Amino acid sequence: MPPPAPDDHRRGEGPALIVYADLGCPHCSSAWAEIREREATVVFRHFPVASKHPRAPALHAAAEAAGRQGRFFEMVDSLYADHGHVDDPHLWQRAERLGLDLERLEADRRSDAVAARVRRDFESGIRAGVTATPAVFDVP
Amino acid sequence: MIAAGEPAPDFALRNQDGEKVSLSELRGRKVLLVFYPLDFSPVCTDQLSIYQEVLPEIEAKGVTVLGVSVDSGFAHKAFQEKLGTDVPLLADFEPKGEVARAYGAYLEKVGHANRSLVLIDEEGVVEWVHESPTPLEIPGANLIFDALDGSGS
Repeated sequence: MPPPAPDDHRRGEGPALIVYADLGCPHCSSAWAEIREREATVVFRHFPVASKHPRAPALHAAAEAAGRQGRFFEMVDSLYADHGHVDDPHLWQRAERLGLDLERLEADRRSDAVAARVRRDFESGIRAGVTATPAVFDVP
Repeated sequence: MIAAGEPAPDFALRNQDGEKVSLSELRGRKVLLVFYPLDFSPVCTDQLSIYQEVLPEIEAKGVTVLGVSVDSGFAHKAFQEKLGTDVPLLADFEPKGEVARAYGAYLEKVGHANRSLVLIDEEGVVEWVHESPTPLEIPGANLIFDALDGSGS
């Protein structure tokens, strides 16, 4: 598995924790409430399983696009805090609450660059043998 | 469990749509048999969902992926729709588990297959095998890619 890198999504201080998570996954949602409180550098890697959670690709693209405006983890927190509202109008509301430029978010979340960035994380998870989410790894 | 180098036992099973799929008709392509315990058990759901996500990459390497369990074609149809998977699911239903037995993947005590992967080459010879230590343990897709890239054990 690739070690934490500067272009990973990282938050917090302390020993690193790599989390492969699916933004459409209810298990991840409850796990996230605990993971986000840990005294650790949380490294978030995208692992959308579209066949299981059809909305996952859109949610990961939205988080990645929010990240282009410096609000990646805020969008992740927001999505996991309320899994019941994940259609496009809800995403726009979330973006507004986070003070994001909506037009830019819309363009970014549909861009090839964002899709490729999500896929990069997903493939590193596949290569690491991830079969269920969330998959949490302590980095020694 | 069958071993690499052995000829793969031929079979003809019906898929989720009732169509007959036979191994001998797939000569010339690699075939990955994914034996799994049962439709609708939570762990299987994850396994086939994960494979679905990388199916284009596996198929691009000239491999046909086939799921096999002892469930009926009707259960397979519903399961395939639930998973949103394109992987054909073969019904090893009557005689129950006959194909899983032929490959040494059948667990007599529980009446279904263990979670096992069998990669068969273009000539119908077993190229690589992976058997899970327990049905609860999911073989990651990384094992498939390692096997296809020739670095599998």
